[in-house]
Amino acid sequence: MNSAPMKPKDYQSGIHPVWCAGCGNYGALAGVYRALSELNIDPANLVNISGIGCSSRMPYFLKAFKMHTLHGRAGPVATGVQLARPDLNVLVTGGDGDGFSIGGGHMPHLGRTNVNLTYILMDNHIYGLTKGQVSPTSRREMKGYTTPYGGIEEPMRPLLYMLTYGATYVGQAFAGDAKMCAELIKGGLEHRGMAYIHILSQCPSFNKMDTADYFKSIIKEIPQTHDVNNLRKAMRLIYKFAEKKKEPVGLLYQSQRPTLDEIMADLVQQAGGSKDYDIRKIIDLSRP
Amino acid sequence: MLTEPTPKNDLIFRIAGDGGEGVISCGDFIAAACARSGLEIYTFKTFPAEVRGGYAMYQIRVSSKPLFNQGDTFDIFCALNSEAYEINRVRLLPGTALIYDNSFSPDIPDGILAYPIPMTKASKALGFKKAKNMVALGAISELFDISAEALKGVLCDKFKAKGDKVLQANLDAFDKGVECATALEKNSELQLPAGEEAKDVIMLSGNEAIGLGALIGGLNFFSAYPITPASEIARYLAIHLPKTGGTLIQAEDEIASISQAIGASFAGKKAMTATSGPGIALMSEMLGFAFMSETPVVVVDVQRGGPSTGLPTKHEQSDLLAAVYGSHGDAMRVVLSVENVADCIHMTVDAMNLAETYQSPVLLLSESSLAFSSQTIPTPDPDLIEVVQRKRWDGEGEYQRYEQTADFISPMADPGTPCALHMATGLEHKADGRPSFTSASHEEMTAKRFDKLKTLPDNFRAIEIDGDADAQADIGIITWGSSIGVAREAIARLRDEGLDVKGLYPKLIWPMQVEQFENFAATCKKVLVVEVNYQGQLAQLIRSQTSLDPVSHTIFGGMPFTPANIEAKVRELL
Repeated sequence: MNSAPMKPKDYQSGIHPVWCAGCGNYGALAGVYRALSELNIDPANLVNISGIGCSSRMPYFLKAFKMHTLHGRAGPVATGVQLARPDLNVLVTGGDGDGFSIGGGHMPHLGRTNVNLTYILMDNHIYGLTKGQVSPTSRREMKGYTTPYGGIEEPMRPLLYMLTYGATYVGQAFAGDAKMCAELIKGGLEHRGMAYIHILSQCPSFNKMDTADYFKSIIKEIPQTHDVNNLRKAMRLIYKFAEKKKEPVGLLYQSQRPTLDEIMADLVQQAGGSKDYDIRKIIDLSRP
Repeated sequence: MLTEPTPKNDLIFRIAGDGGEGVISCGDFIAAACARSGLEIYTFKTFPAEVRGGYAMYQIRVSSKPLFNQGDTFDIFCALNSEAYEINRVRLLPGTALIYDNSFSPDIPDGILAYPIPMTKASKALGFKKAKNMVALGAISELFDISAEALKGVLCDKFKAKGDKVLQANLDAFDKGVECATALEKNSELQLPAGEEAKDVIMLSGNEAIGLGALIGGLNFFSAYPITPASEIARYLAIHLPKTGGTLIQAEDEIASISQAIGASFAGKKAMTATSGPGIALMSEMLGFAFMSETPVVVVDVQRGGPSTGLPTKHEQSDLLAAVYGSHGDAMRVVLSVENVADCIHMTVDAMNLAETYQSPVLLLSESSLAFSSQTIPTPDPDLIEVVQRKRWDGEGEYQRYEQTADFISPMADPGTPCALHMATGLEHKADGRPSFTSASHEEMTAKRFDKLKTLPDNFRAIEIDGDADAQADIGIITWGSSIGVAREAIARLRDEGLDVKGLYPKLIWPMQVEQFENFAATCKKVLVVEVNYQGQLAQLIRSQTSLDPVSHTIFGGMPFTPANIEAKVRELL
């Protein structure tokens, strides 16, 4: 495309976000624009896949090849895109309900197979699009649309979940800190492997409990001394912060291991695979 | 010693025993040896849903003429144990040959040609108990004139990888079986016909053929979740797809497998998944998404007995309505069905071509009985099979993913194409992919999605009519899937008796080729729809789409039709 460096606003699609005023997703989106600009990624080589939910609308606001799929299914659709075209930058954007409730069965497999994609999960601890039901990350005491007497279930722990299942890049940021969002997203896009970026993103319309101020009060930067290459230390840090009711922000963990597409490419090479392979050789194997 | 010199040119062998007794390998060897001798093969298997043990049955129909189905019954029955014998005892008709392990003493009905063979004893004496089936194989070879040379050739090919010792032990057991049967009196009718030499054929199962068809059709991406009876498609492609540079992945569930296929298709690749009924149920939302977002994808459904877990290894044609209608909203898809192994190759290519052409989900319905049926078919020539690519944007003007065109098909653009950024979406949208929930947008786009498939019934090849298209018939049989092969034989026999019966064999099930159904029915006094499901699912579709009110004849016992069953129904209606 054009050779001039891309500015953050050059990644705007021209469609204005439908999110409510004060929604944390604006911060995440600003972070996405900034990260893309810093890496000067050609929109033609960017694919953004999403499921369903407020944050899953992000692809509409981004210049890229995009697919707005079904609730919970962005991960496997993006896996298909990535394996089909390993040369592209694949970005998944979605929320807590999409990723960890209906799509929760797919998350482990994105991590363990180390699909080379960047998954930005905007967690507002609520179902916003359906107007305020508790989500898998809602606090126990939350009163939601369908939990008028208070919540029933304990919230899940997305960072521990993704670390456990083998994501090779895991970080968390607060949506109000677009700079940190951008840094983590940039790092995720540069990372080869499954990058999981958890963004604490307030919902001013339906989550009156976990507000921007609340998130601000619980976040605490990961100390510079933290060893990001050590999985055990990353998990311990999360537990240690949790004891003090704090959420770590920054990069928690990064490691390298072969990605799914690299393993597939090796496999094709081992099989002597080529587009010009003569299918007659395969047909001949069925001679009686 | 032969009593008469006129062998029957259509022999059906049935071998039955326990899952672990080598029933399947014994059957495979007979089928391969006969195919090598230039004969036509149609096999039929049933095996237990359990991993170990249980009743297994392998049937091989052999002739020098083309074969269309597994036949009515069997001429030669080999029982490896008494339980297998008891299960089949009621089916032993006078004239049937019975080969059995003489370690049990069966109560044999009158008129049976009994051949006791010391299978267990002989294999024990050789110190190789597992070779019981090889003793049986040797005896069968000797008694029914299956070329011992061809069989030994097959054994050599099969066991050479396991080393000389294993091969020799199997050959010894085989020879022992031959020796045991040499002195027994043979029946002249039950002798294998002479085959034609040098036929250019391959022999493979329906599942393997679907895999091969996909390779010929240019498959790039395959994702599936394990399920009986479809897993062999994934197995075949796992071996061969990497050779052509393609990608195969086993997904975490069926929803993920179709999602991955749709993602790969969005990225410009030919993509497919394969499953059975339970997987189709899980995929129904994604099938709707593929329709709404106009993304090509092929879904193979190897049907089994349902609903729910049902009869996982048994035959049924009961996913038709789910295939046609299984989605919410106003959704459409193309549904194809296969008759035999040759169709499994060619119609998989059709399915891929149609998906790419119409940017639509295409379901290909196969069946459990076909999945495991090995058949000899002419070797396909990939150069003679048309493979279609999707319509891609030519780079002119402004790109709109859902642009209105004369044929309602909007050009696609692979990610990476300059100036073709776009949104493919499951939300109702405008031509440029922006969401739009207005009446006008929904009406316009719904019409576009349906209109693009309206030409398909006329563009697809004409439905095969069995018989003279213009001639009047007393009964017209309409059937689908593997039941077509059964109907062919039933109709041929009825015609030989001078009865006016014809057949209509649709392969494109949906959208329906309505006019051709109407024209066919206009030449028939009565129309009979034959299928293996309780509800008469094709009959229901025909009633809903055409002016026909056919007689529905169904069976639903987990087994395919026999020609005799269809013949009897026709006689009843005449």
